[in-house]
Amino acid sequence: MIPAKFDYVRADDTEAALAAIAEHGDEAKFLAGGMSLLPLMKLRLATPTVLVDVGRLRDLSYIRDSGDHIAIGALTRHREVETSDVLARHCAVLAAVAGEVGDNQVRHRGTLGGSVAHGDPASDLPAALLALDANFVAQGPSGTRTIAAGDFFQGFLETALQPDELLTEIRVPKSGANGFAYQKFNRRAQDWAIVGALAADVNGEQHVALVNMGSTPLRATAVESALAQGASNADAAEHAADGTEPPTDLNASVEYREHLARVLVRRALEAANA
Amino acid sequence: MKVSVTVNGRAYEHDVEPRTLLVQFLREQCRLTGTKIGCDTSSCGACTVLYEPEGGTGVGKLESVKSCTMLAAQADGGRITTIEGLADADGTLHPVQQAFHDHHGLQCGYCTAGMVMAAVGFLDENPAPSERDVRLGLEGNLCRCTGYHNIVQAVLAAADKVQA
Repeated sequence: MIPAKFDYVRADDTEAALAAIAEHGDEAKFLAGGMSLLPLMKLRLATPTVLVDVGRLRDLSYIRDSGDHIAIGALTRHREVETSDVLARHCAVLAAVAGEVGDNQVRHRGTLGGSVAHGDPASDLPAALLALDANFVAQGPSGTRTIAAGDFFQGFLETALQPDELLTEIRVPKSGANGFAYQKFNRRAQDWAIVGALAADVNGEQHVALVNMGSTPLRATAVESALAQGASNADAAEHAADGTEPPTDLNASVEYREHLARVLVRRALEAANA
Repeated sequence: MKVSVTVNGRAYEHDVEPRTLLVQFLREQCRLTGTKIGCDTSSCGACTVLYEPEGGTGVGKLESVKSCTMLAAQADGGRITTIEGLADADGTLHPVQQAFHDHHGLQCGYCTAGMVMAAVGFLDENPAPSERDVRLGLEGNLCRCTGYHNIVQAVLAAADKVQA
């Protein structure tokens, strides 16, 4: 399968990338690792007429200790997140979830920023960053702004990024190696989660996020408030599907996904607090 | 557009459409048909090759990638190793190839080039793996002859040989 025709522009720095996207308008797309965009283009579900390749912006590939948070360049590959010493010390949960993305080959190419900007509700990392109260830095023609993860994922593959903005940095609060667990349920090892559930202790609060239980990554707010009111892990997990509108597809019905959410949230909470 | 890559130590330059996939470039332009197209959706791993971008990735070695889900344009200036580049010039097989032979790590052979390349890349990152490590390390490669057992044994044997 071959993508529809497009023009290819390679950006050598952030300014060139922003200039190229401004010139070509909303028919253009940024290409990072391509692990999400290229499959869509091969299936002709996405047909951008211009690709602006930002894959060589190595100055956007870094993992830095920035005092109260860890700053991760948007072009940092999943493999680098997975194996980062800085993250192992200060945000082990993110490294662990990055290690669950796809397979080795995908983790060698895919980038954290690419996954976030794609905003797939079935992806592992957007949900993890939502659970961690991450912040996203975007650069556009009118300057730089910071967007909270809670405001970022707005609809199916729809984010708060404007077409002429480039996601440049992901900021995660330091949470050390606090208790966390990610439960990912799928049929083939490298597939997207049919449902995923992440439980993580963030500054003493239990945060719970859901993968593939709606049109965006979700926080299991009913579970979180039940826990805050003293409910047991098992009782709180019964609320995992509350307020969700999970999709139906070849893998699972709505009812099956709701069941999986309850089971996986319980397992994640038990493992995180073990 | 012009795409220049070094494949198995040899320089190739071809004028291709931007939408040309790396696997097409390798098979149709470079005429290296050892790399297979399987699912064509980055699931099966038959198209796995080893790749290092121009300027490197900071890890100082080639890494496994799925060449069906990469544009030739993205690889411009990079280094690639395919299954054709593993054996020595005198025909001596790479230890992983030899181990697949010795342990019957294949039936129909269609997944084999990708399996071997994924295994070579994996062992480069983890030279002393457990059986579980091998199974996880090869999760991006599917064998529909259900031959995983012998493949895993082959990779473990190759690890021992490379270590020795």
